[in-house]
Amino acid sequence: MDIMKWVFRGCAALTIVAISVIGFFIIFNGLSFFTHTSLWSFLTGQYWLPSGEIFGIFPMLVSSFFATLGSVTIGILIGVSTAIVLVELLPAKLASILSKMIDLLAGIPSVIYGFFGLMVIVPLIKNNLGGSGLSLLAVIIILTFMILPTIIRMTEVSLKAVPREYKEGAYALGATRLQYIFKVQLRSAKSGIIAGIMLAIGRALGETMAVMLVAGNAVIIPENILSAVRTVTANIAMEMSYASGVHEQALFATGLVLFAIIIGINILMQWIVRRLDRG
Amino acid sequence: MGIINIQDLSFYYGDFKALKGINLDVAEKEVLAFIGPSGCGKSTLLRILNRMSDLTYGSRVEGTITFKGEDIFKLDPITLRKQVGMVFQKPNPFPMSIYDNISYGPRMQGIKDKKQLDEIVESSLKKAAIWEEVKDKLKKSAIGVSGGQQQRLCIARSIAMSPEVLLMDEPTSALDPISTLKIEDLINELKEQYTIVIVTHNMQQAGRVSDKTAFFLLGDLIEIGETGQIFSNPKEKKTEEYITGRFG
Repeated sequence: MDIMKWVFRGCAALTIVAISVIGFFIIFNGLSFFTHTSLWSFLTGQYWLPSGEIFGIFPMLVSSFFATLGSVTIGILIGVSTAIVLVELLPAKLASILSKMIDLLAGIPSVIYGFFGLMVIVPLIKNNLGGSGLSLLAVIIILTFMILPTIIRMTEVSLKAVPREYKEGAYALGATRLQYIFKVQLRSAKSGIIAGIMLAIGRALGETMAVMLVAGNAVIIPENILSAVRTVTANIAMEMSYASGVHEQALFATGLVLFAIIIGINILMQWIVRRLDRG
Repeated sequence: MGIINIQDLSFYYGDFKALKGINLDVAEKEVLAFIGPSGCGKSTLLRILNRMSDLTYGSRVEGTITFKGEDIFKLDPITLRKQVGMVFQKPNPFPMSIYDNISYGPRMQGIKDKKQLDEIVESSLKKAAIWEEVKDKLKKSAIGVSGGQQQRLCIARSIAMSPEVLLMDEPTSALDPISTLKIEDLINELKEQYTIVIVTHNMQQAGRVSDKTAFFLLGDLIEIGETGQIFSNPKEKKTEEYITGRFG
């Protein structure tokens, strides 16, 4: 019995150790870079020229921001509506089949999404809207596919968790099905839905492989939705294999910025959820 | 003929016959109590009166019920429920502010004018005898007040729809004795304006609040009469046995 107690403690400790090591590793390697370039000029610099030791990630921050904003906005619209349909409007059997298919969507490796994007979405954009097809739009579409399962699942679970008493209360007041869904059910489920959206933001921001395949990866500030873009994550993945010296440190610093943004979003999420639960 | 008229009403959950040919009249502005042991069908009948029974999957109704002369099964359930409000066993305020809870119904009806909504909220809370307790925290969450207050909020929420009938499904069974007393006092005030049908497990409560009492057993309506008469001098032997506590 005592042995098992220590095994469990060890497992729990392992998680903490892993997070600490990763955090320490990134911070240690990233921070030293800022003796070369200041944090401010790193964040606002418009040029990324490793050979000339000029490191600015502003274009990538902008690209990541728009890719995330675009995919999450579309993801919320489609995802929340889908969850409502699954929970409230479809017969239970059909809903459970669809629900399983959505789970399957979550299990597809990201490189497959990227491959699909490259072979299907990119040519579609190229043929219909012009340009090379490798674009911010392609990134947004692929990311939307990838975050949908998260948003749908979290919304579905939160909608299902709304007590039956609320439904009866609303119906007894003469609410229609839609009035109940939009004015009571969604409001009651909001903290869970927002948690799902935050997870989706994290995933969209952090996704690398699929994005890299369809983004075009040019380090420019996107002028429109058809511009080729390079996201913060793709930058690290593309150059890490051959970078050395200051260049390598710059990539760690890029990781550090990403790490900080993700932690910031997590803190924000917990704060929002707590506030919503109180009010 | 009463405001609600029930004729030959039977109700099935799947193959199970929960109500067996009920005939019953509810007169306007009276308080009618449904009593009987668990499973006798009293709550089932109550929930048919505003067609909440529609939400029960696999159920079936036979017979007719009229509300002010109209067949309720031909009415739009939403129209019916606006006139026949319901208060549940477990207080179920929505997880939003007290103000939003009370104004929920009127807003759904399309009332947007802030002043008008304010008036409805205030008068409903006053009628439910809870205005003094919550007037300073209308913007606070309705989940934050006590169970008894939550139940009076739910009554106020129903009143805000200005219904003609209030159905109460064991409204005090989840409450402490003092809150129970407050709700009972409230029922005595509300009967001036509303017709009330209340299901209760508590026979003293039926005695305290109702004008008439109906006794149900295993899906049959055994006896209905003036509450005083039912309790002091029941006609049926089964009623007497239940009232005197010999079973149930």
